[in-house]
Amino acid sequence: MKTNDLIIQTTTKVVFYIIFLFSIHIFFAGHYTPGGGFVGGLLMSSAIVLLLLAFDLKTVQAMLPVNYTVVTAIGLLIALATASGSIFFNVPFFTHAFDYYNLPLLGKTSIHTAMFFDTGVYLVVVGVTMTIIQMIGGDE
Amino acid sequence: MSLVFAIFTPVIAALLIPLLYKRVSAIHTGWFVLLIPVALVSLYATYIPPIIDGTTYKDELPWIPSLGLSFISYLDGLSLLFSLLITGIGALVVLYSIFYLDKKKEKLGNFYVYLLLFMSAMLGVVQSDHLISLYFFWELTSISSFLLIGYWYTKDRSRFGALKSMMITVFGGLMMLGGFVILGILGDTYSIRELIAQAPDLVDHKFFVWALVLVLLGAFTKSAQFPFYIWLPDAMEAPTPVSAYLHSATMVKAGLYLVARFTPIFALSEVWVWLVTGIGILTLLWGSFFAVKQTDLKAILAFSTVSQLGLIMSLLGIGSIAYHVTGDLVTTFTFATFAAIFHLMNHATFKGSLFMIAGIVDHETGTRDIRKLGGLMSLMPISFTIALIGSLSMAGVPPFNGFLSKEMFLDAVLNLKNFDLHALDSWWILFPIIAWIASVFTFVYSLYFVFHTFRGKHKPEQLPKAAHEAPVGMLLSPGILASLVVIIFFVPNFFGNTFIKPAVAAIQPLAYQVPADVGFTIKAWHGFDSLAMYMTLGVFLVGYLLFKTIPKWSPIYKTFPTKLSLNGMYDGLMRLGDSGANRFSSIYMTGSIRSYFVYMFTAIIVLLGGTMWIKDAFVISYENLAPIRFFEILISIILIVGTITILVTKSRLTAIIALGAVGYTVALFYILFKAPDLALTQLVIETVSVALFLGAFYHLPQMNKHEKGKEDRGFRLGNFLIALGVGVMVTLIAISSHSQKLIPSISEYYKETVYSEAGGGNIVNVILVDYRGFDTLFEISVLTIASLGIIGMITLRLAKKKGDRKVENK
Repeated sequence: MKTNDLIIQTTTKVVFYIIFLFSIHIFFAGHYTPGGGFVGGLLMSSAIVLLLLAFDLKTVQAMLPVNYTVVTAIGLLIALATASGSIFFNVPFFTHAFDYYNLPLLGKTSIHTAMFFDTGVYLVVVGVTMTIIQMIGGDE
Repeated sequence: MSLVFAIFTPVIAALLIPLLYKRVSAIHTGWFVLLIPVALVSLYATYIPPIIDGTTYKDELPWIPSLGLSFISYLDGLSLLFSLLITGIGALVVLYSIFYLDKKKEKLGNFYVYLLLFMSAMLGVVQSDHLISLYFFWELTSISSFLLIGYWYTKDRSRFGALKSMMITVFGGLMMLGGFVILGILGDTYSIRELIAQAPDLVDHKFFVWALVLVLLGAFTKSAQFPFYIWLPDAMEAPTPVSAYLHSATMVKAGLYLVARFTPIFALSEVWVWLVTGIGILTLLWGSFFAVKQTDLKAILAFSTVSQLGLIMSLLGIGSIAYHVTGDLVTTFTFATFAAIFHLMNHATFKGSLFMIAGIVDHETGTRDIRKLGGLMSLMPISFTIALIGSLSMAGVPPFNGFLSKEMFLDAVLNLKNFDLHALDSWWILFPIIAWIASVFTFVYSLYFVFHTFRGKHKPEQLPKAAHEAPVGMLLSPGILASLVVIIFFVPNFFGNTFIKPAVAAIQPLAYQVPADVGFTIKAWHGFDSLAMYMTLGVFLVGYLLFKTIPKWSPIYKTFPTKLSLNGMYDGLMRLGDSGANRFSSIYMTGSIRSYFVYMFTAIIVLLGGTMWIKDAFVISYENLAPIRFFEILISIILIVGTITILVTKSRLTAIIALGAVGYTVALFYILFKAPDLALTQLVIETVSVALFLGAFYHLPQMNKHEKGKEDRGFRLGNFLIALGVGVMVTLIAISSHSQKLIPSISEYYKETVYSEAGGGNIVNVILVDYRGFDTLFEISVLTIASLGIIGMITLRLAKKKGDRKVENK
């Protein structure tokens, strides 16, 4: 018998974006307040997990046509590239740089290479968590 | 030609042998090989005149200069004598083997490569002046001898004999290496000649005796002394040329060489004198006694070799007494060394020829069993003549060289009465008595060997082949050796002056500067006042009587139980080592992870606890402790309750949920201790892992399917104690390390620089991505590997599932 998941599906449609935004927020806020790539990534994947709970595996795959192994690889690459970028400026591996810029729309913003590294962490965490959950969930 | 190069000539030539063996199959490979020992023996012969004058030669080839390691070839009287023996008898053996080994049936390439390797190794042993290169060559002789004994590797007995000789000689070799290293450390040099110069300073060092005993172990195992002789009879499975070469003339004499070479160093210690003399004379008696028991021609010769080596060994021991006496007595005891070297040379000649004759008999009749042989005298007259010469020389009968050295041996043993140390004035008489008894048995087995083979009734029906005389080529080598046996008897002093005196001068460098100083002459006739002569006559008389009555008294050999024999002990020891090691590892290698955890945790308790106990490291200090707040107590109680629930619960679900509770409590602690990042991460991770646990739980079979009604997890006192111990240990260490903070934390630096240097406000995150981003990089790599691992585990299932249906996932 097919169960009726209307309430949870409707709620999920709303809550997903809230968690997603919270995850983005906590990622960007990480450098100054609690948060960062790791927690942000975990929150992002929990948002996707919520989707998985409300819908089934195939639907979610259709909604977000993402290969999470590739996400992991891209994250790792970004992290490594950020760390190795410093070599081109003749400074030791993993030296970060930051400065303040006046960006349109955002105003005075600090741009820090550590953020790119954190992006890598974020993607890896999302990729890994989702790979594990999909793998175990999809296995029968 | 450089002397070092000469050492390596055979092994370099050995590289060409397989090529010649494969390409030039028309000619027996041995003919090419023969060139090498012949060339070498002529090379070494050119050194004889200068060595007689007291010159020595030294040639050095650096090997590892930074460690002071080099191949030093040092040629003096002793090494020249051995080099001549090795190359001379080597040439004869190669000549003999050309006729002995069949060109078509045997793998000649292997044989000659091993033989040449052995020849190089032996030359290296006797010429090396550096202890480590001496050891190098020493082990090379063990290895090449192993290969040669196991030449017919399809035979079980060959493999057994090869393995046994390898085990025993390598055991001794390693002991010897230990002795060498001690010597090298004591004297701060590995050069034997420099050590000789230092010997008086070294002798009182407490490790000197250890070096002595260890080096002697090496010499005794190689020279088949009691109780290590047991490998030699089993090594008789080798082809006869090998037995003749290795196990009579050369390798077994490496130990004698070692003893002779180290006499100037070790003889200063009395332990040396007693060990060498005592073990030597015991081996002499033991070997000669058991030789009569043997029924295999080569086994008789093997035991006789053991016994003769014991004789030489004891003579070397008596000779080293010369270092403990003064005045005329020095000459008296040096005479024993002279006799030792003389007998060593004689033994090489007659034993080599006897082995070759044994090989001929085997080759021409198909058996070596003395019970089947007999009456070959008229069929094989030349072999008989050679065997008779060799045997009578071995028995000590004139006019053969064995008589001379046996006389000198008895003289030397009788001389012991002049050495009045440690009540030897009354005990010394034991030595001549043992020597005399051993000589009687030597006489018996010598006659037994030759007459039971060649005299008596011919039994053609028991022989695999029809017996006939061997070809001339095969008789050539034993013939040459046998004629040497006679020649040495008639002109002993020529050989004495040429070979023996330089060697004695090398062994006794303190007493003699140049070989010409050694003032001994060999006399065949002692006159009627010599006790040794009467002893010899007694040997002939009693020996002849015993030989005639062998069947009457030989049953006494049956009273020796096999299990208590040394071979039985060796076999038992090997079995014990094998099964004992097996049993031992099956005791602790249970295959159960539980027991390995027990070992590991016990080790943690014992090592950490022991260290704390020994170092008195437990410290408890009440400073630097924060006040305890109400919430902390509350959360701790929840934590403890959760933990205990995990331990005592009977259902898995409860355990998982309790574990989740513990995890969330820890997150609460993080909040309480102001670690928001940790708290966030802990909360999410805990949720994920509890979900995974539940997923795993869902698929698990029921816990108590098979043992209903029983406790789900049995209580084990041992596990409880170990767990308690580990917990207590970790707590104690935590308290102690908290109580003694020796250096201030570096976190002040982070606090000061987090904004100015790193442009951030969240110290935790800045440390993770900036200060110590390296760790994070590898942690995300760990995560990646974990996820790939899970993909691999789930998708790649090669094992078959139930119903024999291969399941392949997408």
